[in-house]
Amino acid sequence: MKRFIGFIKKEFYHIFRDKRSLFILFGMPIAQIMLFGFAITNEINNVDIAILNNSKDATTEEIINKLNSSSYFSIKEFIQNENEIEAIFKKGHVKAVLNFEADFSKKLSTKNNANVQIITDATDPNTANTISNYVSAILQNYTQTINKNVTITYQIIPKTRMVYNQELKSVFMFVPGVMTIILMLVSAMMTSISITREKELGTMEILLVSPLKPFQVIVGKVVPYIFLSIVNAIIIIILSIFVFNMPVQGSLFLLGIESILFIITSLSLGILISTVSVTQQTAMMISLMGLMLPVILLSGFIFPITSMPLPLQIISNIIPAKWFIIIVKGIMLKGVGFTFIWKETLILVGMTLFFIVLSTKKYKIRLE
Amino acid sequence: MSISVQNISKSFKNKTALSDISFEVKEGELFGLIGPDGAGKTTLFRILTTLLIPNKGEATIANFDIIKDYKSIRNNVGYMPGRFSLYQDLTVEENLEFFATIFGTTIEENYDLIKDIYVQIEPFKKRRAGKLSGGMKQKLALSCALIHKPKVLFLDEPTTGVDPVSRKEFWEMLKRLQTKGITILVSTPYMDEAALCDRIALIQDGKILEIDTPREIVKHYPKTIYNVKAANMYLLIESLNIYKHKYSVYPFGEFVHYTDSRTNFNPEDLKLYLKTKNLKNISIEITQATIEDTFMELAK
Amino acid sequence: MKEETAIHVENLTKMFGDFTAVNAISFDVKKGEIFGFLGANGAGKTTAMKMLIGILTPTSGNADVAGFNVNTQPESIKKSIGYMSQKFALYDDLTVKENITFFGGIYGLTRKQINEKRYQLVEELELQEIVNELVSSLPLGWKQKIAFSVALLHNPKIVFLDEPTGGVDPITRRQFWELIYKAANKGTTIFVTTHYMDEAEYCDSVSIMVNGKIEALDTPKKLKEQFNAESMNDVFLKLARG
Repeated sequence: MKRFIGFIKKEFYHIFRDKRSLFILFGMPIAQIMLFGFAITNEINNVDIAILNNSKDATTEEIINKLNSSSYFSIKEFIQNENEIEAIFKKGHVKAVLNFEADFSKKLSTKNNANVQIITDATDPNTANTISNYVSAILQNYTQTINKNVTITYQIIPKTRMVYNQELKSVFMFVPGVMTIILMLVSAMMTSISITREKELGTMEILLVSPLKPFQVIVGKVVPYIFLSIVNAIIIIILSIFVFNMPVQGSLFLLGIESILFIITSLSLGILISTVSVTQQTAMMISLMGLMLPVILLSGFIFPITSMPLPLQIISNIIPAKWFIIIVKGIMLKGVGFTFIWKETLILVGMTLFFIVLSTKKYKIRLE
Repeated sequence: MSISVQNISKSFKNKTALSDISFEVKEGELFGLIGPDGAGKTTLFRILTTLLIPNKGEATIANFDIIKDYKSIRNNVGYMPGRFSLYQDLTVEENLEFFATIFGTTIEENYDLIKDIYVQIEPFKKRRAGKLSGGMKQKLALSCALIHKPKVLFLDEPTTGVDPVSRKEFWEMLKRLQTKGITILVSTPYMDEAALCDRIALIQDGKILEIDTPREIVKHYPKTIYNVKAANMYLLIESLNIYKHKYSVYPFGEFVHYTDSRTNFNPEDLKLYLKTKNLKNISIEITQATIEDTFMELAK
Repeated sequence: MKEETAIHVENLTKMFGDFTAVNAISFDVKKGEIFGFLGANGAGKTTAMKMLIGILTPTSGNADVAGFNVNTQPESIKKSIGYMSQKFALYDDLTVKENITFFGGIYGLTRKQINEKRYQLVEELELQEIVNELVSSLPLGWKQKIAFSVALLHNPKIVFLDEPTGGVDPITRRQFWELIYKAANKGTTIFVTTHYMDEAEYCDSVSIMVNGKIEALDTPKKLKEQFNAESMNDVFLKLARG
């Protein structure tokens, strides 16, 4: 036991003397969460739109006023004919054009329907989609108010309510993702680098030729990073609660336990990486390419898994991050208890055991 | 026997690193493995320190089998790999303390053994290992390898890249360690260090060329060597190389070591020949064979 | 400056902050001479050499290398010297042929010149069978010999060798020195740094640096007489131990 403690002490010396990686270790979570929270956002706010009003009557004016008074849109320009639409998009800042047909009011009162065309700039499809949805919602809202006094029989009016994230704040979506990335990166990349560094320096040879048991070396390498990752997880949760007002609906304790589980999953992956790489450089490449990219692309962090092609959906199942994100979202946003996430937890436990067994099998007590 | 190696062979993919190596080292002996880079020295060290498994052959260290009893060997040997494998970001003291701890001992317990060496670097004990000079790193690495009082010490090229002063001090330290009953196996590419060992094995391309005491090994040299000197070194070597009776021609510092293929060689003949090549200030004298001469003769 | 002088150094000094790495050294190297530049680790050898090959500006003092001033004409120096070190000599992941073409190219040789030189080099070192092999697959000794020849590709006036033969087997090491003698005989000046004393014995003259200063400078024979020593190793030990 004394040997083991001596080993861990040495690991902490390494970590605290390397100012640069220490900075990455603690600077990165803060920077990432701030970036995702403030800069990258799915919401629309004050989007510039243009209006082509072919009828210019009371109804269209009213609709335009409603649009303008919402915080989502600001009307930039009024154009006079359809030929200008293309030109205005090419200028770039206008993201959508609303085209009201002629005699809008009249048609609405006589025929009971009138057309408005929403043309959006789909170079950014997500934004285009959101804009179109928002405009439709405003229009629908308006229809309801003017129909208030009229009783139309057999009308189905869908009322949408976004639950768990009423205001569709994107930071709510990013926090679980960022937390996943950071825990994964710190745990897996840092451990694999610190193990391969010993190989590169040649000190691994001495450790092997010492009475230290291989698992003591590995566990000794891992313990400091469990500690650092937990500190990181706490920082992220505190930031999201106090800076972004993100609620933690479920149990903080459960969130903590699940985070530790995921940290251990990542660490075992890190050990596995270190058994297959000889230099710090390869360890870093494998960690970045093999872990970061799948976490960002296939875990459901940014792109919804359900809209991926089937093969990718299947692949996404083997990515631990996917399950952790489900768990975190469940606890933080939905406030669910363990009974709702036991399946995902079990999958993570299974994966962890698999990685640990595999890396102990692969870990060599000799050099070859 | 402290170290016993029998018919060890090892190859990597299709490259043979060691073929049929056998030798024995007595307890308390200072045994040198002398050979250039790529001779297989490091591979042999790794096999004996249980880091690699040989393809063929057997070996015991302090009567423990290198395969079966690898754990016991790991408790009983000290190993200093080719590069001074220290933690660069740890101080001198922290490095030593770390190695003491993982071997389940303390600096105080075995201080006697390392005292001679450690006092030389103790003034710098708060300095990080990465900031030490080559000679000091070497001393620290040796202290770390000795801290658990090993029975057998393996030193893989401990003097490579170290200046002559530190090299000399290092060998003096080894001599003192020997008196404490520690068996030492040391490898080096420098032939001049061979003379400092009790016995040596000359090794090249994975094969042992010869094993004996340094004194005996040079006696095995089959020919008389002549130190030849002249004003123009390059012309001298050229001329000797095309001389029809030459056996070997090797530059050796300010001289050329020359051996002749005839049994009744008369240096005056050579002098006359060299004069016809316009060489001046020619001198030819008999000299003693060195370990390097023997090595080259055997490696030919 | 005399016609016969290849390197002329006068009070060359380099400071890093408060630390004087090279302390006012002065010496001359004759054309076609093999000059051994010795010293312990950290004595200032590498710093001094970096100044002479024009990649480090001196703090004070002056030096002419191949007729060019290190302070004002470092670029001209680089063109007229060759350089080879133990740490980096050739690209491991290129073949011998590709290395020759590459290094010939960076020294501004034409394609025709490169081909001629390569043909000549292959003949001289008997490389026919390995010219298309990756450098990484060659024994160390071969690499060093080829690297030296590559450093000579552009017919430099001076070649700087930084610990060229460490760890090489004795026979190859002698072949290497024969190549050096040959180049020197053609008038190329050879500047070798090393801390292997047996290597020093091969040089025409030798300087020994201790703590940034040149403490001894003469032929190996005279140095041995002066210090009443058996070998250059002893000379060095006596000097360094004061």
